[in-house]
Amino acid sequence: MVSLEHVSKRYGGAGTPPAVNDLSLTINAGEICVLVGPSGCGKTTTMKMINRLIEPTSGRITIDGQDVMSLPAVELRRRIGYVIQQVGLFPHMTVAENVAVVPQLLHWPAARISARVEELLDLVGLDPVGYLGRYPAALSGGERQRVGVARALAADPPVMLMDEPFGAVDPIRRERLQNEFLRLQHKVRKTVVFVTHDVDEAIKMADRIAILQRGGVLAQFDTPDAILAHPASEFVERFVGADRGLKRLSLARVRDLQLAQPVVVRPGDSRADARRRLEGSPEGIDGFALLVDGADRPLGWVHAHDLDGEGPIDPATAAPGAPTVQPETTLRDALSAMLLSSVQLGVVVDEHERVLGVISVDAISDALRGPATAPPAEARASGSVP
Amino acid sequence: MRQGQPFFRVDWVVDNLDQITRRVGEQLYITAIAIVAGFVISFALALLVRRYPRLAAPLLGISGVLYAIPSIAAFVLLIPITHLTLLTAEIVLVSYTLVILVRNMIAGLQTVPAEVLEAADGMGYTRNQRLWRVELPIATPIIIAGLRIATVTTMGLVTIATLIGRGGLGYLIVNIGISQRFPTATIVGVGLVVALSALVDWLLLLAQRRLTPWAAAATR
Repeated sequence: MVSLEHVSKRYGGAGTPPAVNDLSLTINAGEICVLVGPSGCGKTTTMKMINRLIEPTSGRITIDGQDVMSLPAVELRRRIGYVIQQVGLFPHMTVAENVAVVPQLLHWPAARISARVEELLDLVGLDPVGYLGRYPAALSGGERQRVGVARALAADPPVMLMDEPFGAVDPIRRERLQNEFLRLQHKVRKTVVFVTHDVDEAIKMADRIAILQRGGVLAQFDTPDAILAHPASEFVERFVGADRGLKRLSLARVRDLQLAQPVVVRPGDSRADARRRLEGSPEGIDGFALLVDGADRPLGWVHAHDLDGEGPIDPATAAPGAPTVQPETTLRDALSAMLLSSVQLGVVVDEHERVLGVISVDAISDALRGPATAPPAEARASGSVP
Repeated sequence: MRQGQPFFRVDWVVDNLDQITRRVGEQLYITAIAIVAGFVISFALALLVRRYPRLAAPLLGISGVLYAIPSIAAFVLLIPITHLTLLTAEIVLVSYTLVILVRNMIAGLQTVPAEVLEAADGMGYTRNQRLWRVELPIATPIIIAGLRIATVTTMGLVTIATLIGRGGLGYLIVNIGISQRFPTATIVGVGLVVALSALVDWLLLLAQRRLTPWAAAATR
């Protein structure tokens, strides 16, 4: 747990405007707390005060209850992982030597260091055999960033500070690095303080977001969903953007919705029978029956007025292209797929393409109007981190 | 040139191998002292500049002025104080190395990227550890480049110190070759100075490649 109590930083003397002003934050063990805000909001200053690259003018910062001022700065820093935007790999050291920096400063035995280095490269998805002896100049931007993360994790610090860690890579690689880091964090459960100016990155990465405004004032500190649902001020509302409704949709997934069960028909079923069953079809799917094949895979929608007369159902009358979504699909992507199709319903399927249920635009809209979701249970659980 | 004598006399070279070898040794000895002393002084000055960046301009200014004093004038000025000694020669030679070495060391330390320094601090290096394990290794290619220029320059300058009787190969070039109009000695002296310069330069280049394998990776 990292705790800031009434922390202020002035770069000039007393009377000059503060860079950070009376900031109090408690970051729970194992959560990713993203500091976000426009330039000049003091987010980087705030982060650097935690490992004392910048010393606070007043206030107190503690890690697991211990005041950061109570031990020598270099010792403190060796216990805190640090990742910066330009990575700052040491160009004269191999990948292995870079990752080994902090363990070496801590005088680990050589065997333990080399085992740890290999373990970490594996963890960040770099094959130790191919990378151990390479110099940073021979790595791509994404590979450097991975080595930077491995280096920060080397001595297994409980706390990691990340200063715009994915800011210097192109959008496609950034997306991949973000996903990788979230997967990694799921395994290592560090207490992460993550600085960015990109609100979308904040929403994606954070368990909780601290939005700072100019002069280092805390504008709001809450879960991404709560901030998007209920911005605390006009500043926050402007900062998160006019599309905050859509942004909320990218936080929720199809599995969070109550799925509706459509009337299911198969090619060759009797039309009259299908008509009768459609009488009692659930709201929002009115008049449509879902046509599936022998393995329960969706073929398309059949409307009641295509079921006139007698005889078996003709698959040719089905509206093709029923968009299918998975339980893991974000509501944003699901909505987009539904809006693009002729029947604005999403068919939820499992990994074998079998129908699990259906979602409608109305169901998504209802979910948005509902209360903001609480942070995931694992993020709230405090306590020590291995 | 004395009458009736061949331009280059191999027999003189053979007869005087002892003296030539001795002069080569002297040449290397005087150069080595100048470079080592110059390196130590420059290193100390560069560390001072690292600590107090404002000293950079005055230090570079002073070393530039020293460099601008003609070497012969410098010897003449020093003789009343330090007499015809090795010390006189070394004072002049060392001051000439400073302008090159100090400049390159400061420049070398300045090439360390800001984000590398920030990362080093963030990892928990002490200031000294950062200097020895991060800054100096990264500055090494530029420091050695300075050493190579300084060594070749000094190698040539040493010969002038023959004027105060401390000239190494300069003795062959000037005292025998020019004063006694005996071109063989001049040719041998100049040839050896060039050969030694090239050799030492090559050795330093080799050392740089051994010390900084990563620099090759950077330019590949």
